[in-house]
Amino acid sequence: MKELAVRVGGQAGDGIASIGESIARSFSRMGLHVFGLNAYQSVIRGGHVWYHARASEGKVHCQGDTADILYALDRQTVDVHASILRPGGTVIFDPEKFPLAPTDVSSEIHLLPVPTLEIARKYTSQSILQNAAGIGATAFLAGIPIDVIHQVLTDSFGRKAGDVVTWNIGASTDGYRFAETKGPIHPKAIAKKDPPKLLMTGNQAIALGAAAAGCKFLVQYPMTPATSIMHWLAAHSRALGIVVKQSEDELASINMAIGASYAGVRTMTASSGGGFALMTEGLGMAGMAEVPVVVVDAARAGPSTGLPTKTEQGDLNLLLGAGQGEWPRAILAPSDPVEAYNLTVAAFDLAERFQTPVLVLTDFHLAEAMEGVDREEINFNIPIPSLFTVEPDSHRYRRYLDTESGVSPRAFPGQPGLNHIALSDEHDEYGGDVSDIRAGIPAAIAVRKKMMEKRMRKLKGLAKEVPPPVLEGPPDAPLTFVAWGSPVGAVRDAMAILQEKGKATNLLRFPTLYPLDPDVVRSMFARTRKTLLVEGNFSGQFAHLLRAETGIEFPHKFLKYDGEPFYPHQIVARAQEVL
Amino acid sequence: MAESVVAPIASHSATQLPIVGKSEVRPTWCPGCGDYSVVASIEMALKRLKIPSKDVVIVSGIGCSSNLPHFLSSYGFHGLHGRTIPVAEGVRWGNHGLTVIGTGGDGDGFGIGVGHLIHAMRRNVKLTYVTMDNQVYGLTTGQASPTSRMGQKTKSTPTGVIENPLDPVSLALASGATYVARGFSGDVKHLTDLVANGIQHKGFAFVDVFSPCVTYNKVNTFDFFRQRVYKLENAGHDPSDLGAAFQRSLEWGDKIPIGLFYSVDKPTYEDLEQVLAAGPLAYQPSGLKGREKLLDEFV
Ligand SMILES: Cc1ncc(C[n+]2csc(CCOP(=O)(O)OP(=O)(O)O)c2C)c(N)n1
Ligand code: SF4
Ligand SMILES: [Mg+2]
Repeated sequence: MKELAVRVGGQAGDGIASIGESIARSFSRMGLHVFGLNAYQSVIRGGHVWYHARASEGKVHCQGDTADILYALDRQTVDVHASILRPGGTVIFDPEKFPLAPTDVSSEIHLLPVPTLEIARKYTSQSILQNAAGIGATAFLAGIPIDVIHQVLTDSFGRKAGDVVTWNIGASTDGYRFAETKGPIHPKAIAKKDPPKLLMTGNQAIALGAAAAGCKFLVQYPMTPATSIMHWLAAHSRALGIVVKQSEDELASINMAIGASYAGVRTMTASSGGGFALMTEGLGMAGMAEVPVVVVDAARAGPSTGLPTKTEQGDLNLLLGAGQGEWPRAILAPSDPVEAYNLTVAAFDLAERFQTPVLVLTDFHLAEAMEGVDREEINFNIPIPSLFTVEPDSHRYRRYLDTESGVSPRAFPGQPGLNHIALSDEHDEYGGDVSDIRAGIPAAIAVRKKMMEKRMRKLKGLAKEVPPPVLEGPPDAPLTFVAWGSPVGAVRDAMAILQEKGKATNLLRFPTLYPLDPDVVRSMFARTRKTLLVEGNFSGQFAHLLRAETGIEFPHKFLKYDGEPFYPHQIVARAQEVL
Repeated sequence: MAESVVAPIASHSATQLPIVGKSEVRPTWCPGCGDYSVVASIEMALKRLKIPSKDVVIVSGIGCSSNLPHFLSSYGFHGLHGRTIPVAEGVRWGNHGLTVIGTGGDGDGFGIGVGHLIHAMRRNVKLTYVTMDNQVYGLTTGQASPTSRMGQKTKSTPTGVIENPLDPVSLALASGATYVARGFSGDVKHLTDLVANGIQHKGFAFVDVFSPCVTYNKVNTFDFFRQRVYKLENAGHDPSDLGAAFQRSLEWGDKIPIGLFYSVDKPTYEDLEQVLAAGPLAYQPSGLKGREKLLDEFV
């Protein structure tokens, strides 16, 4: 399978992300499968940032281990990244910015000096235009047709002043032509193959999934890496008829979401671990008052403020234990954008059918990395049943009617004859408070027990309805990877590498982290031989959960908590130790 | 037990929808608690305005005062301590055809929940927020509250409060509330007027109520207020004058004003949120069926 990867690096504020995205988007428009990773720090200017765009004929699941072209806007980029270049790779740089000699890099690496600043000066005194020249040179080397890169640049500047587009087209053409005079395109470059693919981040997929599932109210307080969910929905708010509210804090987010849901609207809120932690009391109230709400935690590396722009799967225990007392919840964990879309749709459906919070756990890597998606993979045809199903009859409405499933008929303000109180205190079937004058008297003790059992019974139904574990690869492979969330991508790529080395492996992955059906999980592990649990946290939180739920132990683990995503070669190396 | 009660409900017709009245739950407040007058004033205000009970949602937090929604026949949401306001805002935005009333205590609204209150006021969400301000934490058996006066002895301040009290009225004025009033549980008729006008007001209507806790606040009693309160409407106050409203809000001592401090007409959050122009969110269509063109932006 032919593949080519481009890495661009420089200082924050240099426009690295937009250079990288232009290259990634061009590949995607050529019909290649792309993975684009934007690595940055929690500062707006200064600091080292880089973008990695990996393109392939077939599906790639993560950023990969290597690069073929490195466009370095500063010397530090060469120092930090030249080592990942494959033999035959090229460093693109502007000697006016910093000197670079062939002896500064390994003998198998080519240097392509491009006068990007000089080209920029032809058009404007704004040095930012050097990027367009660099993009042009990079595009040539990467085998991107000039019309493709021109269109991407034109689209990205959109309706801005005509000069900006003209200059960018001019400078990118000059860079392209300059590179053309210096040598052939990179031997690994892939020819255009139609049709264009979509390129989306996990966050965009979640926003889209929410809209498709009928979400009408998103409330959120900015926190990396969840913020771009709000950005996407805010940009489409009017067109889609979705109210997007930036709240004063995450306490407000969850409580506003609950209020709107109580009023009859499908709602979502999203944050990272810090904001999620603030929501926990509200989540418990949603469990108690039986109000559906979808909550996304896009985890960063914790604890505390942690590493805001780095990835980790350290929030699982937080989600499992969120809120005082016990209440039913489901935790879904997508591993790529398509699954993020599908599981967001599922989250709305489950939250509504079970009238309880459904939590979607992602991480920085899934939230912000871009991945190629085929149009056909995104289905907008989601059935959205009416919420108004309860009719008044001659009896007093029981909002919390005790049923076999634990789910009671749900009515909304505005409906006549169904007036009731929804509440955070323990209550009887009518919504009558049993926490004050009735607490502790025998009848109220019985009510408490009954209502607790009613709510917790939902977990049984949820366990049957949530997406089950998935086995990928040959069923009887000698090694089974066990993974959830974004590391699944790197595991899939590692499996392909191991396959090439003649080592068959498979993957048992968990789109649902909770609740698990222990019988189903045990039956899936019945056929596995050796296992290697791959998880992005210090203590193996999911391994603990699996052991608690099923008794299964994981003697071999690959735990990562350095803030960086998993790389396939790291997983391959660990697998070879275990095999 | 409410469970054994299977009370038939009155039949409804479009023209004769029931108006808010008392529920079958009897208030659980101490005899003589100021909060009885507040629930009575809300009931009477809603009756006066003839708003069908199906269209009224009373939201509260936690505290003695926050038990109020249970005692009326409307819809209600009895939420968490300090989160009355965001739940009420969510209900409004979910269905702005509803009349939403927030109720709660001084601890709920000015202590743990004060952040939300300030933001809701600057947003001018159309809500009526009635606080039963007893200057003490009642439900937790008598600790200092943000409105307890300097020197007040409570269980948490046995030698007297050593911080300045927050003034809810000036806070509301500074935060941009568009209807700011203060009532007194000792004058239900006056309080009913303030609440009814607040419900009719287009925007955030704040009604702080001196609602004495007869059990834990032996200083700010009914008598204390009876001897001191005077009505702004009898004192030539102009409620369109923000500066005058601020000045009146600072009065505390032998004479304490009640009544309407300030009222102004401004667009509400719901007026300005363009998505809501198409009608209550709860009844708007949703989903992306047939909107596949939306995917073009990802190419
Ligand atoms: C998060 C949280 N903290 C503390 C409490 C305990 N608590 C319940 S009511 C209350 C104060 C009530 O005072 P106020 O709001 O003035 O109501 P009142 O009882 O005086 O009417 C407190 C601190 C709680 N329920 N939740
Ligand atoms: S403790 Fe105070 S506030 Fe609570 S019910 Fe009794 S009198 Fe009212
Ligand atoms: Mg109080």
